[in-house]
Amino acid sequence: MPVLAIFSALVIGAVVIVLSDLTFFERLRADPALALGSALDEVFRAYGALFTGALGSPSTYVDAFTSGDTARMTQAFVPLSETMLSATPLIFTGLAVALGFQCGLFNIGAEGQLYVGAMFGTFAGFFFAGLPWFIHLPLAIGFGFLGGALWGFIPGLLKARTGAHEVIVTIMLNYTAYNLISWILKVPGYQREGRSDPISKVTLDTSWYPVLIDGLRANWGFILGLAAAVLVSWFLFRSTRGFEFRAVGFNPTAARYAGMSIASTTIMAMTLSGGLAGLAGTSVVLGVTHSLTFGVSGGFGFDGIAIALMAGSKPRGIILASLLFGALRAGATPMQSITGVPIDLVVVIQALVIMFVAAPALVREIYRIRVPETTGLETFSQGWRA
Amino acid sequence: MTAAVKAAPAVIVDRKAIRRQRFLGVAYLLMAAVVAYFLTGDLQGSQTSTFLLKPAGNQGGLDVPSIVVPSLIVVYLAAAICAALGAIQLVRGFGARWAIVLGVVVVAFVFAFLTWAAAGKSMSLIGILQLTVQKSLPITFGALSGVLCERAGVVNIAIEGMLLSGAFTGAVVGSATGSNLIGLVAAALVGAALAGVLAVLAIRYRMNQIVAGTVINIFASGLTSFVASRVLQSHRELNEPTKFSSIPIPVLSDIPILGPMFFSGNLFYYLLFALIGLIHYGLFYTRWGLRVRAVGEHPRAADTVGINVIFTRYRNVILGGVVAGIGGAYFTLGSTGSFVHDMTGGRGFIGLAAMIFGGWTPIGGFLASLIFGFADSLQARLSILNVSVPSEFLLMVPYLVTIIVVAGLVGRVRMPAADGTPYDKG
Repeated sequence: MPVLAIFSALVIGAVVIVLSDLTFFERLRADPALALGSALDEVFRAYGALFTGALGSPSTYVDAFTSGDTARMTQAFVPLSETMLSATPLIFTGLAVALGFQCGLFNIGAEGQLYVGAMFGTFAGFFFAGLPWFIHLPLAIGFGFLGGALWGFIPGLLKARTGAHEVIVTIMLNYTAYNLISWILKVPGYQREGRSDPISKVTLDTSWYPVLIDGLRANWGFILGLAAAVLVSWFLFRSTRGFEFRAVGFNPTAARYAGMSIASTTIMAMTLSGGLAGLAGTSVVLGVTHSLTFGVSGGFGFDGIAIALMAGSKPRGIILASLLFGALRAGATPMQSITGVPIDLVVVIQALVIMFVAAPALVREIYRIRVPETTGLETFSQGWRA
Repeated sequence: MTAAVKAAPAVIVDRKAIRRQRFLGVAYLLMAAVVAYFLTGDLQGSQTSTFLLKPAGNQGGLDVPSIVVPSLIVVYLAAAICAALGAIQLVRGFGARWAIVLGVVVVAFVFAFLTWAAAGKSMSLIGILQLTVQKSLPITFGALSGVLCERAGVVNIAIEGMLLSGAFTGAVVGSATGSNLIGLVAAALVGAALAGVLAVLAIRYRMNQIVAGTVINIFASGLTSFVASRVLQSHRELNEPTKFSSIPIPVLSDIPILGPMFFSGNLFYYLLFALIGLIHYGLFYTRWGLRVRAVGEHPRAADTVGINVIFTRYRNVILGGVVAGIGGAYFTLGSTGSFVHDMTGGRGFIGLAAMIFGGWTPIGGFLASLIFGFADSLQARLSILNVSVPSEFLLMVPYLVTIIVVAGLVGRVRMPAADGTPYDKG
């Protein structure tokens, strides 16, 4: 199914590429066959650039390996490394949203939790000087988790105590987090010395995620993401607490009669979810930018929703979906610079993929598949109800 | 959960009221402390703050004098008001009049802040108020769209996407046809089309309404940005619509303060006021509205007495889309004049919050939008005034207040009972 969803999204994306070229219609009037041919050519060039930008081109790999030059071999892996780099925060935000979904909560606030996590992580990154990396890095990561967890705890607590809907509270907390960042980036001691623009101090290199291979930007944050996915998977499907999460998400009334506390489960789920989103923040700050700016998120929080939906909130699916979205992100920039097709095509494709995945009836109708499937999406909250 | 809420005995309601009373009392005292401590530090006794009440460009009309106040005294006075009301609130509460008291405290707080910011200078208060209305317009359109959908029981989180598509369509169609009116109609149609998609996904396919809305938001953001950078960058002539010019209403626009705020705007202003009145009247005083509300509160009962639930929901969601599309067109045809990538900047979500804040009513939604608009306007002005206070904290206030309202810590808002639940005729 996901393959068909991706395929359908790419086809519609192609139609969008062709139709958004205004000269296409003029050429269509002059010579339909030629116009269609060149349109197809353009689509293949765009998708080709997207593909090689995300995964690298086969010919470069072959050239690099036959030359035996290590520098060129590393160079050939740059696109793949960029894909992993973009996928890393997505794995975390995807897991964050999925954890909420499993417990019947819609955490739209991964974006804000990511911000606060990045804010805390950055602070730990530049403040604790003189530590060896094996203490400093985990400390900074822990701070990031803490910041995100704090930002997730608030809606969890409010939902449990007062019934305030987490969607509204987390949307509001997103804006609050944005203002918080905007403030702290101007506070002396947090802002970089001698700068008037909002940018934080540079984190110390002892707090950075070590790179996987010298010369590439992909780092251990990716491995941490994979580990987090395994851990979340174990937690949700093998631990007692995780069972309670899913029970509350599946049927709160039944869960309550079984003696589970909905309030404490809700609070814990939102806190953990926020913490995971906070880790996404550290993966950007400590893995890529090494300092904090407004651009830290780049929409990772909202893409996390898309990824969790697409993966049906299953950790394994989240890794695959994050790699797909990461590849689209990594390939988009080369695609724009080579073929002139704007980056935003990727967002269109992403939205279409989610739509096809979230409404399986639609895909089944298009391809005339008869097997009914469940998406695992029916479980979480409808409307604003507590 | 629902059963627990229904069975809630009177004792719990009482305890909630007491908790609210304490919370508000402490909050007022805190605000008083903030005013007395932070806003008096660098003020001298002789300083005055001047507030201009006459718009800069407006030569005609009545002459409105400026307000000149002694800064320090006013700030202390505001602190005293907040403290006194906080003390009374803590001791015995204000009962049903809590909303008025809250309003007084907030106004005192904001006025103290403005006095402090304008100490020794003059500030165009009327400019801030005008900008407030201007900024609150799209938020109100969003809130109205939400009211229409949610009163019929469909959660519309796609307002943001509808606003964005409306803004895009308004600019492109308005430029291509050379008529901003056609652009406006096209924007409304596109809003309706997106709402149709939402309705089909939510009502027919019974997809989770929040997911459906989120998908529409992402899609609208992606498609408009894509077409904007692929087509509009090279064809600038497609992104230069003529804006609606302002139409001051003859007598009303001469009223001091209110005239420049509400009655000197363009078509969108009057369209909005008409819509607010129409939806308010329609929802609460007509048979149509009674039916809509019945569908949103208890669809089974509505169905039993012969109201077509599915049809009502489709119609209301699509009407909501029309309203959101018009609100989107305001961004390009009423305000800035050209489309920019993601230009709505989350106003749709704020509109959603305003709707909840306003208790799912058109007028409440408008008032709540004005509060958000005021924060927006203050942000723009404070950066000009070069105020040293971290204005970010002031800007957080509307969002935090929304959280507090949603959490029921002050007052209560009640949502339509069947909001977000798909109807199963079965």
